Amino acid sequence: MNALQRTPLYDAHRAQGARLVPFAGFEMPVQYTGIKAEHAAVRQHAGLFDVSHMGQIHLQGPGAIATTERLVSCPVASLRVGRVRYGLLCNTEGGVVDDVTVYRTGTSSVFLCVNAANVEKDQRWIESHMGAGTQLHNRSAETALLALQGPESRAILAKLGFAGGDLETLRRFRFAEGALAGHPVLASRTGYTGSDGFEIYTASGDAEPLWKSLVNAGATPCGLGARDTLRLEAALSLYGHELDDTTSPLEARLDRFVKLEAGGFLGADAIRRRRDAGHSRLLAGFILEERGVARAEYPIASGGREVGVVTSGGPSPSLGKSIGLGYVPPALARPGCRLDVVVRGRPIPARVVDTPFVGATRA
Amino acid sequence: MAETEIPDNLRYSREDEWARLEGERVIIGVTDYAQQQLGDIVFVELPEVGRQVEKGEPFGVIESVKAVSDLFAPVSGAVVEANAGLAERPEVVNEACYGDGWMIVVRVADGSEVESLLDAAAYAQHIEDRAE
Repeated sequence: MNALQRTPLYDAHRAQGARLVPFAGFEMPVQYTGIKAEHAAVRQHAGLFDVSHMGQIHLQGPGAIATTERLVSCPVASLRVGRVRYGLLCNTEGGVVDDVTVYRTGTSSVFLCVNAANVEKDQRWIESHMGAGTQLHNRSAETALLALQGPESRAILAKLGFAGGDLETLRRFRFAEGALAGHPVLASRTGYTGSDGFEIYTASGDAEPLWKSLVNAGATPCGLGARDTLRLEAALSLYGHELDDTTSPLEARLDRFVKLEAGGFLGADAIRRRRDAGHSRLLAGFILEERGVARAEYPIASGGREVGVVTSGGPSPSLGKSIGLGYVPPALARPGCRLDVVVRGRPIPARVVDTPFVGATRA
Repeated sequence: MAETEIPDNLRYSREDEWARLEGERVIIGVTDYAQQQLGDIVFVELPEVGRQVEKGEPFGVIESVKAVSDLFAPVSGAVVEANAGLAERPEVVNEACYGDGWMIVVRVADGSEVESLLDAAAYAQHIEDRAE
């Protein structure tokens, strides 16, 4: 059996009393003080996540932009240097290989930040579909990633000092390179929590001192448990739950990240075909109207018949209610529709709502 | 992990429940070790008054943010009370597992079932045996 990998912050996590669990082949902190306390820290102050297990695949060369444009669902040629976009790598059936963020680092260079569980799969996928003049470098092992999330994120970065640009005026989906507390970083105004924040890429060797500086400046260490409750409130998809190789991005309501009109990207034809044939399911967000907790794989019923499935569910600490995401027939996917979530054989009434469940970030 | 509290006046099951005998009534809950391991409790499902529970069998469900776990009866008998307060505030189990976080009261035919459970020292050992 393969031993679990560790991020450069493993010792720091243990020293802080983190509860560590296996995740995507890594030993990762699921919580420090508690999931609800960490969730609240992000919504009200600032939390710090070690997401160094995620992957970074760099593409460069005269063909790199064309290769990326052909492989991801979002526009790449029009993505300016210093900007980030969210997109999907899709297969020839219109399903999702992975969801990624694309960073335009230069005229002929990008990197993709990819899910930890999919790093090798994505690398093989890109390599087998790369156009001429493209070199791929997988920099996952030497790159650490810290996510600082919450309304006090900017103030904390200002406290540490950023040399090489003005992080305080950095807009959403833009990034800057410079030195944070003396450590070279690339910082983007992005995140996976629905709160304001930054994702900070640094060399593995700088991760621990940077983590300690951020915690000393007021960031609360947060684990993957809170990361999940936060992204669920923000109704953000998680690969392996809302997205997999059978789901079309349009079924997952990711239309705005898919360039269908212009696009000759890999998978576009199939996505269009499936759209034109009519989708049999769409992703919907719902709130339970009685006590109980919805969880992934629980059935969704309507009129006593099973019609769908929960893809993610759990408590919303901010709302004090149980929420979830799931695939349902399109007619039931509209806000106001009533559904039942079947929990241990019992139908619990639920109501489809607009998402995100908790306020969208504005910048 | 924080120090876990194991009151001397209680008995314990291997499934991390505690039991206190009061005449024919046994008050039952989950231990401090259990609530620490589970994390924030978000839902508790308890049996109705009148239901028979069997020693070693599940009698309800306790849910944390990330997981669903069975509650196992440390003794056999009839449920005479169930803590309705946990419906509104399941987090009381984290706050006061030996006090307001009690779960059910069972009327037993024979109090010796409680005596055969682990005492505090044996339960402490049981926790240590399972620790990393």
